[in-house]
Amino acid sequence: MSVMTMVQAINNALDIKLAEDNDVVVYGEDVGVVGGVFRVTEGLQKKYGVERVFDSPLAESAIVGTGVGMALSGLRPVVEMQFEGFSYPAFNQIISNVSRMHNRSRGRFRIPMVIRFPYGGGINAIEHHSESPEALYSHIPGLKVVVPSTPHDAKGLLISAIESDDPVIFMEPKRIYRAIKQEVATGKFSIPIGKANVLAEGTDVTVVAFGAMIRECQRAMVMAKEAGISVELIDLRTIYPIDKETIRNSLQKTGRLVVVAEAQRSFSVGSELIAIANEEAFLYLEAPPRRVMGFDTIIPLAQGEKYFMITPERIFYEIEKTARF
Amino acid sequence: MIFEEFNPSEDKILRIIDNDGRVLRPDLFPEISGDTIVKAWKAMLFERVADEMAVSFQRQGRMFTYPPNKGQEAIHIAAGNVIRENDWLVPAFREVGLMLAKGVTMKEIFLYYNGNEQGSNFKNAPRVLPINVPIGTQLPHAVGIGYSIKYRKENDIVFTYIGDGGTSEGDFSEALNFAGVWQVPVVFTIQNNQYAISVPVSTQTKSINLAVKSIAFGIPGIKVDGNDFFAMYLIYQKASEHARTGKGPVLIEALTYRCGAHTTSDDPTRYRTKEEEAAWELSDPLLRLKKFMERKGIYRENEEKLREQYKKEVEKQFLDAENVAPYALEDVFNYMYVEMPDDLKKQKEEYQQFLAWKGNRK
Repeated sequence: MSVMTMVQAINNALDIKLAEDNDVVVYGEDVGVVGGVFRVTEGLQKKYGVERVFDSPLAESAIVGTGVGMALSGLRPVVEMQFEGFSYPAFNQIISNVSRMHNRSRGRFRIPMVIRFPYGGGINAIEHHSESPEALYSHIPGLKVVVPSTPHDAKGLLISAIESDDPVIFMEPKRIYRAIKQEVATGKFSIPIGKANVLAEGTDVTVVAFGAMIRECQRAMVMAKEAGISVELIDLRTIYPIDKETIRNSLQKTGRLVVVAEAQRSFSVGSELIAIANEEAFLYLEAPPRRVMGFDTIIPLAQGEKYFMITPERIFYEIEKTARF
Repeated sequence: MIFEEFNPSEDKILRIIDNDGRVLRPDLFPEISGDTIVKAWKAMLFERVADEMAVSFQRQGRMFTYPPNKGQEAIHIAAGNVIRENDWLVPAFREVGLMLAKGVTMKEIFLYYNGNEQGSNFKNAPRVLPINVPIGTQLPHAVGIGYSIKYRKENDIVFTYIGDGGTSEGDFSEALNFAGVWQVPVVFTIQNNQYAISVPVSTQTKSINLAVKSIAFGIPGIKVDGNDFFAMYLIYQKASEHARTGKGPVLIEALTYRCGAHTTSDDPTRYRTKEEEAAWELSDPLLRLKKFMERKGIYRENEEKLREQYKKEVEKQFLDAENVAPYALEDVFNYMYVEMPDDLKKQKEEYQQFLAWKGNRK
């Protein structure tokens, strides 16, 4: 065991996979010499050489597009988009090729590829650096979308993502890259994609969240406990394929759902979770499900971000309303 | 060096035979046997017949949209004579003759254009990618494959294709840039057939030609008469040797003409003249090669007889494509993921329940 931040845990996962699998290559903008703008890949080029960990030219579409070529010819590329807002130039490659090559070729070509990027707000960043585009990527058939919430999960999920024969979008909550330190096993372990994690069992309200919002939910739970409300907290870990079973089981117990996510609320993961609640647990529901999510606006720059970002207090406010309904 | 002699910034063009099949540059004439030349001409004729029949099947309502290849056969068959079994082909969608040379069958091509993804599951061509519809996005794939080859220190190379219109796409520039920086073994061919659907090359670029774009990326580029089989054969020999010996990528602009429509849904009379079409017919690649063979006394074929023979072969392939097993519900779901998510299984089962209900309905 070793105390790690999420940055260190991701670095550790990449290190383990680079060491054990010669087909793994890691590249993107600034990931080589400097080790990434967040230092996630620090030291890896020195250890594994410029053929395996390298800086690419600055062009996201080609970073992803070349990854498609590498993946279908036997490599396991792990590419980095420097920020979520810069993944959009690669969107055409992702939606038109990454997600489709296996289906298009009737299984002849696999795309075992990971597209990593930091996402989310709360760091006083400039425009395009605070977004939460999980719904965009989860809507594309052929992709898996994974979002860790702790250093431990980041390591185990990334190892699974690299070992997945299907392409994975791996979204890293940059706000807690270094904010959480945790004991993480130093050896290899993996956490399955497609399974949610029940972080706290409770009986009154089910709260579903992921990524950086887990920490905010845990803070809200302290307030809920003081108010005598028992919260069941589910960390999705994987957005797609979403773990309906865990959500259904929880709702059959609590009958109350609060979804917490920082993305715009309409046509979102929150929308999908409410659909799941209706389809899977309609007769168990005791209160209208609630979405504690961003407005359907552009996320404001730093000065206005306080209105947009989800705080523990706001989560508690919605938990209490739902519990008392 | 050929790339220096035919410097694209001076708008030079590599041409070896003229429209009457006369050799203009004996010094550049490639080493190629008479037998290979005859076989190449036959392969071009087969592509032409298959293509004409595809259009005709579409007109009969037996096939959906199809993009004709007519007029571009010299490029495809020249490449087909140089590409090796282990080399990769990353096509756009107008390279039928080359796909056939790599082991793809007309049955598969017909199956694809008749709306069945099994037509991209090339049984005898594991290193040919499916036809790529979103313009230009295939080029980065070729560069990525090139990276794999270089990473594994293998000897194979990648052939990839794009049209003149595709050179305006960002992925064209990004791919050439990456290929130059990474020095990967990729032979890029722009099939400049003059039109992107209805839009002429002059609307795509202010560059004096398309090969000249290679200069900005620091890679060799050359403009070639794409209707001249020998010029294309020579340049593919040179380019593949360049790529195979670790010297990096090459960009070829093959000047040609799309004799047919963009696809069977297109009507070229709306944007080009009969005179223009007639002028290009004079440089028809099959005709030129036939005239060359006649001059050399190596043409002993009966074209009409060959056409009849090829028609029968193509027809059989078409019937085979028409007679594949019906598209099953499973085919919609089975290939989305290597490991099918539970929810997809459930969506399939729900639809099966609907089908069962429908079947029992009076």
